Amino acid sequence: MSLKQKVAIVGADETDRIGIIPDATPIMLHAEAARNALRDAGIEKSEVDAVLTCGISGMASTQLCEYLGIIPKYTDSTMTGGSSFEIHVEHAAAAINAGLCSVALITHGETGHSGRMRRGPRGGFFDPTLPAMQFEVPFGVGGAPSAYCMAAMRHMHQYGTTSEQLAEIAVATRKWAQLNPRAMMRDDLTIEDVLSSRWIAYPFHVYDCCLVTDAGGAVVVVGAERARDFKKKPVWVLGSGEASTHQSLLGMDDITTTPARYSGKAAFEMAGVTHDDIDVVEVYDSFTYTALVTLEELGFCAKGEGGPFVSGQRTAPGGDFPMNTNGGGLSYTHPGMYGMFILIEAVRQLRGECGARQVPDARLALVNGTGGTLSATGTLILGAD
Amino acid sequence: MAACGGASHKVTLVMSDYAKPLPSPSPDTQPFWDACKRHELSLPYCRACARFFFYPRRFCPRCFSWDIDWRACSGRGTLYTFAIQYRPQVPGFTPPYVTAIVQLEEGPRLLTNLVGIEPSPETIRCDMPVEVTWEDATDEITLPLFRPAP
Repeated sequence: MSLKQKVAIVGADETDRIGIIPDATPIMLHAEAARNALRDAGIEKSEVDAVLTCGISGMASTQLCEYLGIIPKYTDSTMTGGSSFEIHVEHAAAAINAGLCSVALITHGETGHSGRMRRGPRGGFFDPTLPAMQFEVPFGVGGAPSAYCMAAMRHMHQYGTTSEQLAEIAVATRKWAQLNPRAMMRDDLTIEDVLSSRWIAYPFHVYDCCLVTDAGGAVVVVGAERARDFKKKPVWVLGSGEASTHQSLLGMDDITTTPARYSGKAAFEMAGVTHDDIDVVEVYDSFTYTALVTLEELGFCAKGEGGPFVSGQRTAPGGDFPMNTNGGGLSYTHPGMYGMFILIEAVRQLRGECGARQVPDARLALVNGTGGTLSATGTLILGAD
Repeated sequence: MAACGGASHKVTLVMSDYAKPLPSPSPDTQPFWDACKRHELSLPYCRACARFFFYPRRFCPRCFSWDIDWRACSGRGTLYTFAIQYRPQVPGFTPPYVTAIVQLEEGPRLLTNLVGIEPSPETIRCDMPVEVTWEDATDEITLPLFRPAP
């Protein structure tokens, strides 16, 4: 049984403000994004019978349902970091297709910038006997940059990937941001600027690393039979896949891989499309490297060929591989679990709502979220009618 | 690196002087940390697979056999990957410091710090030979660090 085209995304929106929002808590951003996404769809809150969310302390979906005043038939607090929301779409599709619910609300809200003082190492999980607390944190590996850089280093060693090639992604993504008035970083950026910028964690320069912002987002998913009943044209979920291969870098047999090789394969098989069919690609760019390795793992190029693949500003506006068209986590916004925002951007591209950054005739989009330490991925292939 | 003793100047600190996070051994990892305290690198070994694994569990994560014992390792390996941390990612660390994943001769990899070498992109290379050195952080905890091997 396939979930191909069994559900559609009919609402998608962000909080009114993204970037630096000192006067909001995460759950406030969840609620505002939920209101905006439901308004985008033209669906009343009272119609929502499924809530999928994460990132709220404790019992995330239960807490949010209480906060919003929803008594759900179905909830899901699956937490796979930045890929959670792609995976929530697949889970919503399964639940709707099984008849467990009919209108699923998926929400995100984080104060990655304004709330940063409240966070600790490893995202606030403080069980001191967890493997990471015993075998990583005592050696100074804590936040994402301190881990992803070691994966990138091995990739550079093994495949000859260069800092210049990583910088290509930072520069191309900035060019998309310059077309997006809501993007946080819109100044000109050159490869030389990236290469001469300070180190965060060698081999990552500061411009290899995503922003740290406040933001929220939400989407609304309904079954196929209702998909055309709403204000905007439906964005179909044609293919989906999820996979996780490890939690820690130590759990990876080959540190230069990601589980996108599995989730991507599943999504392509379900959708029955090929790489050449995809018009726009929205992949998680917590770091330039994350996007580069994801393209390899999804099969857009051969393993190890990500560097040459992105060279020559191929992913920039006007290039033949439009990628991260909102300006990405690198230049648009990145509150911590960025996967909601690549999902929203794909919906907007397929609806043709993107103005100056619109990819012409975008009919098929691929979204790939990556969470943890390259740990868990969710891939979606979305299509317009 | 502050408070990180290479072989040339091993330091033993009382607990209150050690500013970095310390591991809290659990029942399944205690033998590893006990061996570290004796300056021995001892890893869990699956008798069914005839292979080492890491991090320690009561069972083999590969074949799920619970027939496990502990065996001494040589402490030699190669630098699978590394990074030079220019920002304090964890409280108590003074940048720049080198985080590393070491490929042990016996198969498993450890995440550790590379010490006894200038933290510079010019001096550190993936696959360089390394060997264990011990940091006696407290009376209870000794950390396995690695340094370039001759």
